[in-house]
Amino acid sequence: MTAPAALEATGLGRRYRRTWALRDCSVAVPSGRVAALVGPNGAGKTTLLHLAVGMLAPTTGEVRIFGRPVRESMERIAFLAQSKPLYAGFRVAEMLRFGRELNPRWDDAAARRRLAELGIPLERRVGGLSGGQRTQVALTVALAKRPDLLVLDEPLADLDPLARDDVMRGLMAAVAETGLTVLLSSHVVSELEGVCDWLVVVNGGRVQVSGDIDELVAGHRLLTGPAETADALAARLPVISRGGAGRQATLLVRDATPPLDPRWTARPVNLEETVLAYLRAPDQATLPRPSLASAR
Amino acid sequence: MIEFHLDRGSGVATYLQLVHQVRHALRLGALRPGDRLPTAKEVVAQLTINPNTVLKAYRELEREDLVVGRPGLGTFVERSLGETSMSDRVRLRAELVQWVRNGRQAGLGQEDMQALIATVLGDTFREEIA
Repeated sequence: MTAPAALEATGLGRRYRRTWALRDCSVAVPSGRVAALVGPNGAGKTTLLHLAVGMLAPTTGEVRIFGRPVRESMERIAFLAQSKPLYAGFRVAEMLRFGRELNPRWDDAAARRRLAELGIPLERRVGGLSGGQRTQVALTVALAKRPDLLVLDEPLADLDPLARDDVMRGLMAAVAETGLTVLLSSHVVSELEGVCDWLVVVNGGRVQVSGDIDELVAGHRLLTGPAETADALAARLPVISRGGAGRQATLLVRDATPPLDPRWTARPVNLEETVLAYLRAPDQATLPRPSLASAR
Repeated sequence: MIEFHLDRGSGVATYLQLVHQVRHALRLGALRPGDRLPTAKEVVAQLTINPNTVLKAYRELEREDLVVGRPGLGTFVERSLGETSMSDRVRLRAELVQWVRNGRQAGLGQEDMQALIATVLGDTFREEIA
């Protein structure tokens, strides 16, 4: 028997008045993964995250955290909201005291060590910190809760490139030390390569892709060849997106075998190309498990 | 100790980039049997990378018997990658020269041949790792 997923949603949906923000969402993030939640603005990312951490009640379906209902798992989850909920008038030390009093699993020594390594003074007021430092303080507070699942909503938005790298590196170091599971949303796909190993794509309130990133990317390629033979090829292979001009056609296909027709060349795709192809083709049915797709 | 680097967006899976870099270092003699590979934590501190990816690369190298993990101590190079013998190199080079001559007779230019070689290398390599 395998360990329960860190997060498992089944038939999850949330409706605001007449509008479904998220619908019929079934998705799992295995334990120990660093998962990226990707999708256009308004796709339902934040709703999914809020449901996952128990800040919102679902209209349909349920979320289980390490096999148990969210309500019973609150102390195992830490959530870093997009707004980085820190009090500008508080000193960093006061943020820590606040966290210590609210969280039974609080690791004060680790939090102080982390801030010292980052060179963030405890007596500084939160309002006087840079954006990157504020995010680091919020991340420190989240990690000090010693969560098994850390959920972050757009942690990199509004940070400069250097601060992004510092925050991500800090997050990866925490994963290396504790083996915690991470779920983070982002719309900058290129920054997730090498950092995340699991991908969930939501589009128009539905889950479009969910799976291991290496398997997903290795299971797709970009084919280039003569336009007049494109239809015949497209009839045999699952085409995610199609492009080209004049006599040349390009197909992004879910297929890892080299094309038989020598007039066609294949090249590997990267994560960003794959994700963009899916986002541009919202009708492309939810990905079958990538492991099955690549096993042909 | 090897220092990894990443080519993000290259389309080559990150763990494979690490595997290639270790193999390359073994071929060049930059890594020798007995050398310790950096721990996942050390790699993460230097490169913003998922520690699971480092472990995945090391598992792949272990599967190829190139390295061995010793619990609590680290991952160590087990054997170097045999450089091809001089006679093999000479023979392969001669075959390639002949191939290039055939290509020119068939009307292929330098870029055509480079593209063809790149495609064949890529396909063969991907079949191996698939």
